[in-house]
Amino acid sequence: MTDRLSVRKTYKLYVGGAFPRSESGRSYAVNDAKGNFLANASRASRKDVRDAVVAARKAQAGWAARTAYNRGQILYRVAEMLEGRRDQFTEELRATGLAKNAARAEVDAAVDRWVWYAGWADKIAQVTGAANPVSGPFFNFSTPEPTGVVGIVAPDGPLLGLVSVLAPVVVAGNTAVVVAAEPAPLPAVTLGEVLATSDVPGGVINILTGHRAELAPWLASHMDVNGLDLTGAGEELAAECEKAAAENLKRVLRPAGNDWTADPGTVRMTTFLETKTVWHPVGV
Amino acid sequence: MGDAVCVSTETLPGLVTGTAELRRFLHGLPGVDQVGAEERAARLATRSIKKSAKAEAIDLAISMVDLTTLEGADTPGKVRALCAKGMHPDPSDASVPRVAAICVYSDLVAEAVRALAGSGIGVASVATAFPSGRAPLDAKLADTRRAVEDGASEIDMVIDRGAFLAGDYAKVHDEIVAIKAECGEAHLKVILETGELVTYDNVRRASWLAMMAGADFIKTSTGKVSPAATLPVTLVMLEAVRDYRARTGRQVGVKPAGGIRTTKDAIKHLVLVNETAGPDWLTPEWFRIGASSLLNDLLMQRRKLTTGVYAGPDYFTLD
Amino acid sequence: MFEYAPAPESRDIVDIKPSYGLFIDGEFVDADTSFKTVNPASEEVLAEIAEANAADVDRAVAAARRAYDGVWSRLPAAERAKYLFRIARIIQERSRELAVLESIDNGKPIRESRDVDVPLVAAHFFYYAGWADKLEYAVRDPRPLGVAGQVIPWNFPLLMLAWKIAPALACGNTVVLKPAETTPLTALAFAEICRQADLPPGVVNIVTGAGETGRALVEHDGIDKVAFTGSTEVGRQIARAVAGTGRRLTLELGGKAANVIFDDAPLDQAVEGIVNGIFFNQGHVCCAGSRLLVQESVADELLDRLKTRMATLRVGDPLDKNTDVGAINSAAQLEKIRMLSEVGEKEGATRWSPPCELPDRGFWFAPTVFTGVAQSHRIAREEIFGPVLSVLTFRTPQEAVEKANNTPYGLSAGVWTEKGSRILWMAERLRAGVVWANTFNKFDPASPFGGYKESGFGREGGRHGLEAYLQ
Repeated sequence: MTDRLSVRKTYKLYVGGAFPRSESGRSYAVNDAKGNFLANASRASRKDVRDAVVAARKAQAGWAARTAYNRGQILYRVAEMLEGRRDQFTEELRATGLAKNAARAEVDAAVDRWVWYAGWADKIAQVTGAANPVSGPFFNFSTPEPTGVVGIVAPDGPLLGLVSVLAPVVVAGNTAVVVAAEPAPLPAVTLGEVLATSDVPGGVINILTGHRAELAPWLASHMDVNGLDLTGAGEELAAECEKAAAENLKRVLRPAGNDWTADPGTVRMTTFLETKTVWHPVGV
Repeated sequence: MGDAVCVSTETLPGLVTGTAELRRFLHGLPGVDQVGAEERAARLATRSIKKSAKAEAIDLAISMVDLTTLEGADTPGKVRALCAKGMHPDPSDASVPRVAAICVYSDLVAEAVRALAGSGIGVASVATAFPSGRAPLDAKLADTRRAVEDGASEIDMVIDRGAFLAGDYAKVHDEIVAIKAECGEAHLKVILETGELVTYDNVRRASWLAMMAGADFIKTSTGKVSPAATLPVTLVMLEAVRDYRARTGRQVGVKPAGGIRTTKDAIKHLVLVNETAGPDWLTPEWFRIGASSLLNDLLMQRRKLTTGVYAGPDYFTLD
Repeated sequence: MFEYAPAPESRDIVDIKPSYGLFIDGEFVDADTSFKTVNPASEEVLAEIAEANAADVDRAVAAARRAYDGVWSRLPAAERAKYLFRIARIIQERSRELAVLESIDNGKPIRESRDVDVPLVAAHFFYYAGWADKLEYAVRDPRPLGVAGQVIPWNFPLLMLAWKIAPALACGNTVVLKPAETTPLTALAFAEICRQADLPPGVVNIVTGAGETGRALVEHDGIDKVAFTGSTEVGRQIARAVAGTGRRLTLELGGKAANVIFDDAPLDQAVEGIVNGIFFNQGHVCCAGSRLLVQESVADELLDRLKTRMATLRVGDPLDKNTDVGAINSAAQLEKIRMLSEVGEKEGATRWSPPCELPDRGFWFAPTVFTGVAQSHRIAREEIFGPVLSVLTFRTPQEAVEKANNTPYGLSAGVWTEKGSRILWMAERLRAGVVWANTFNKFDPASPFGGYKESGFGREGGRHGLEAYLQ
């Protein structure tokens, strides 16, 4: 219709609230479902993993220290910004081979999923916590606390899948390093742009694009990572990563058949929560 | 005051000595609940000071400033420039009050005294191995003596935070007493370095310890440690001087220092003084603000009030 | 010497219409009769408000039923959630307007409506929005009740509306709400907010009026649930009326809370807590710390500090940002406070107020403290609902508990001590629905609130607050 040449976007990583290219200077070509070139995505290296973990660690205490209400507000803000980019996400999903209606439905489901998790921020403790009637003059209660830094190997579902693994990790105060879906990483980068404009503090969510098999083992063996979600890792890679994760006893979520349209339950949150029980004497 | 604390009024100033007795007294003071204290300070910070009250507050704040330079790179020239600024903060407006004092390192006291001769502005000297306080007592005494000889009218000493945190209250106390003896006519401000004491309970205890040892002023911070002066810290110290006067009849001043950079910050502190210790403390004699960049912000806001338009930094002198 | 110049919040942000109708089925409709709402700080008439009669209430209940059957109960829970999130956001967007409106109509200081009421209102909707699609995580097989009839008081007009409407809607019910006759304006503003949010018509209906309107609502056959906040006397009448009908009922009623100060309390913060406990919102707070119980060993010192602090309270124009204590909500309430204070003096308690100048027009009462009060005095037993504090003393923790519990009420209590085990020991024994330790008058949407004994039953807020609106 018009012969104007479009200005293309450079797809970069999202680390510590900024958008760096891979320190390695590498990229890989991302094609659409028909095999046409879409863009070059950054191909992150083990050093990008290292930097992302440092950023996530730095942000973790502050993120966990915010009130649950505040985290809920911020995550809801993310949903508002996602909603504003429905068309862009729909286009990006269509490029992965989804029909228009299916793409739109997936985007809507992703936004609603994010809203669902935003609402959990100040409720998960009310569902998993307890006042414990111990025998003796003690007040005893248990509350959940975030595990810390969680590495996520995101599944292929490039938006709904990503949102479904990411939101439960961060809602309770963990910070995350995500390895995006390898074949379709572009919506993840766009999600990074949403996060960067949504009051989410830099470093709370870090998004790497690249080869899972190259990056996941570094996350799995990293001694300053506390949890690992292997949803997007193949069986072989997952087994290797789980073994490496045992070294510092990471909490691991293994890959399982995932139906992203079902009620997710709380297990994705509780896997990365510690339970703290406090005893206090009762006496005059 | 009631008898919640088991040391009688007569024995209090200077006579509670020995670490055990001091400990008993200081730990018998009412505790400070952190959440409640911070809530109170935050609520007072919402006071809205407008128009005539703001004009009054700005001039009051200017007159309370201890204009400070405490850098390794300080020179006589820098100190002379600061003194000139302190005497005439806004050369284009003679109605601007002068500051309360110029605060410098002890080796530059003589220079400041010369520059300020006849102006009525005091010269405050930090002393006692400022800012860490880590030096033998002899050195601290010599430092103080020299500053006083050179004409300092105020001495800003630091307490031995290590000794305080280790519970050696007598050492902290006796050191203040010894420095006070060297001060002669000069007023003694005792810097607690609240950023290193960390808890408000410690701030309250250190405030009382300093007052009982003879401090004329208690001061929050050196400005070299973060956090420096915060509203809740100033609040707790104002409560201490209020209670100390109620018990002993002696009034002690308060000086927040470090981190007060804007007119808004300064006015919040004045509100705190007004509603905690009371109007008796709202004079440069009893309340000071240790600052450097604050002065130009006060001048900018002052000009906004007189001209109705916002000023820019190019119109105020940098010294 | 440091006098704060007047710092009035601008009234321009609100646009009060000369008259308001009832909000039924998404529309503002007229009624046959009307009443006036006044600014209690100036006695200025603010607006004419429609007065709903039994037929109007009928229409509102019918609209709520239609909305329940036709739309709201069929909506996926996630969609209900999104409506509530929208409402929460619009409240945040219009926060200053709502705060000013609340202060004008109620008399409370703008500092409180701005920093306490309105933020809590938004937070409450936000919190229950999140529950709407997670109910099965709170209760087994959650099912809504149907149409809720809700009657709220004048002390926190918009906040009480939020406490009622947010959980009701989140659980899938529709509502007919009656605000208090002296403070209808923010509820009517909320009706506009429902329209801005595109909330389906009839899900929220607001019927304004006085006691008769309230009676028509709570006794209406078409409602499934009654929720009332107000006086114990009216609560008792409602309980009688609802008895035998099978309708569900929750009541949040009066209180006479003890605020217990031990000798090892953080005294400066305790003083703030006492002040906040009884002078917050002019003492128009059902959970106000109206009985101060002080350990004898620290009583004199504490009272000295309290009086010094009371002298710094700034009483006056609710719209002045520096006002701490605003206007009494109505002439009738002022009369009641005056009467009980005179009774206090006659009974032999010592009355004290700091010197403070009160405006000529409007309804005002200086912050007041009674010392030398005994358990048998009326001012120690009856809810005054004003800025009047009764001081009693105790010697041992056992005595403190006995005195604190020696009341038909049981809404809240305060405990001040730096000893943790004693806080828990006291909390175990205090017969009150909320116990604040080293703080007072704290509210949060995540925290259940409600009374023991004659302070009512049912809880609002938190996970427990859902139960009131689910089968």
